[in-house]
Amino acid sequence: MKVHITVNGVPADTDVEPRLLLVHYLRDTLGLTATNVGCDTSSCGACTVLVDGESVKSCTVLTVQADGTDITTLEGLSPSPDELHPMAAAFRQEHGLQCGFCTPGMVMAAVGLLEEHPRPTEREVREGLKGNLCRCTGYHNIVRAVLRASGQDPDAAPDLVAPGFSTGSGT
Amino acid sequence: MIPVAFDYVRPESVDAAVALLGERGEDASVLAGGHSLLPLMKLRFAAPELLIDIGRLEELQYLRLDGDEIAIGAGTRHTTLEASELLDTECPLLPAVARTVGDPQVRHRGTLGGSLAHADPASDLPAAVLALDGTVVLRGPRGARRVPLTGFYTGVFSSVKEPDELLVEVRVPRTGAAGWAYEKFTRRANDWAIVAVAVVDGWVGLVNMGPTPLRASATEAALAGGASIEEAAALADEGTDPPADSAGSTEYRRHLARLLTRRALTTAGR
Repeated sequence: MKVHITVNGVPADTDVEPRLLLVHYLRDTLGLTATNVGCDTSSCGACTVLVDGESVKSCTVLTVQADGTDITTLEGLSPSPDELHPMAAAFRQEHGLQCGFCTPGMVMAAVGLLEEHPRPTEREVREGLKGNLCRCTGYHNIVRAVLRASGQDPDAAPDLVAPGFSTGSGT
Repeated sequence: MIPVAFDYVRPESVDAAVALLGERGEDASVLAGGHSLLPLMKLRFAAPELLIDIGRLEELQYLRLDGDEIAIGAGTRHTTLEASELLDTECPLLPAVARTVGDPQVRHRGTLGGSLAHADPASDLPAAVLALDGTVVLRGPRGARRVPLTGFYTGVFSSVKEPDELLVEVRVPRTGAAGWAYEKFTRRANDWAIVAVAVVDGWVGLVNMGPTPLRASATEAALAGGASIEEAAALADEGTDPPADSAGSTEYRRHLARLLTRRALTTAGR
């Protein structure tokens, strides 16, 4: 079936099998391998991309369902390695990654979160990222990175911290 | 994991989708958000020959007042329910329950009609609509019919919806200021409910306490008869048939149903 999909600003007409999953279209057809396949059951979020600006798990979307949409993957987020998207820069600044496998999906989910909640509380960040698993359990700095990217200082705003949670400040 | 090969069509209207179901209903599955169906197909628990994609049909995406009820198009996504000011005012249980479904990525795709039609007893929204005494509208080659949710489910993943019928609308009453609560118990952030309880205006819906979503009828009768919250909640597992699995035993689920019903009734004000 013919589909017309724009990925990272580049439109393409492709003939695909209906059963081709969006994540395989991105990785295997287009060669955009930042988007990872983790659990392959829509639990872990490693395959998260933005479809028309909304975060979705691309392992659970058919390419034909994305016909006519505009998709952003991690490759399309930052203009260049020297000019990082604010979310990517915040992940670097706060060291919001360990092994890095969950990172592309985590960053895309976080970008989608801030589109809907521009200044989230820490609790809202954790709720908003609950579809993304980090098996290194490095959530702490990821949450700090998202707060940073939203223009908030995770150290200077103790009221952001919900009961039962803490980003800590190291002091 | 790759699904078995299938044909795919995206009909331009509900009429066209219903006509297709009339011809191929036995071999076809309806695709909306796909977050229940596609995992089943990837695991090859399901292998429909044809997918009928209704996910883009705008005529199934609406939310409007209709007399004493709110009419919601079956293709309305969870994320739309969450953000609806109309529902926040007129039926606040529904958006609150929608916010607990899966995670944001799932809620960007999943639809109310899909969740109800899928008939998973562990799903959140069917029990909520059941507690609301809601109705679904089915359309097929023989016309449209309304089915109260209390008579819709027949077992795990099964309902009275025929293979050639499409669930097109969900209708819930305007509950306004009536007390409500949703108590969902999970061990991890985006797990399915081990047990959950939806309460609105003295009606109680139970998640994962049997092969279908259930009403806690004994609790509702006790409340109507003037029982206290504690007395009524102690009856919440009466007539249920909860599963036993790695998340909890039958007895544990019965305990949770009683406990969560007490909490929900307390939050709701009864």
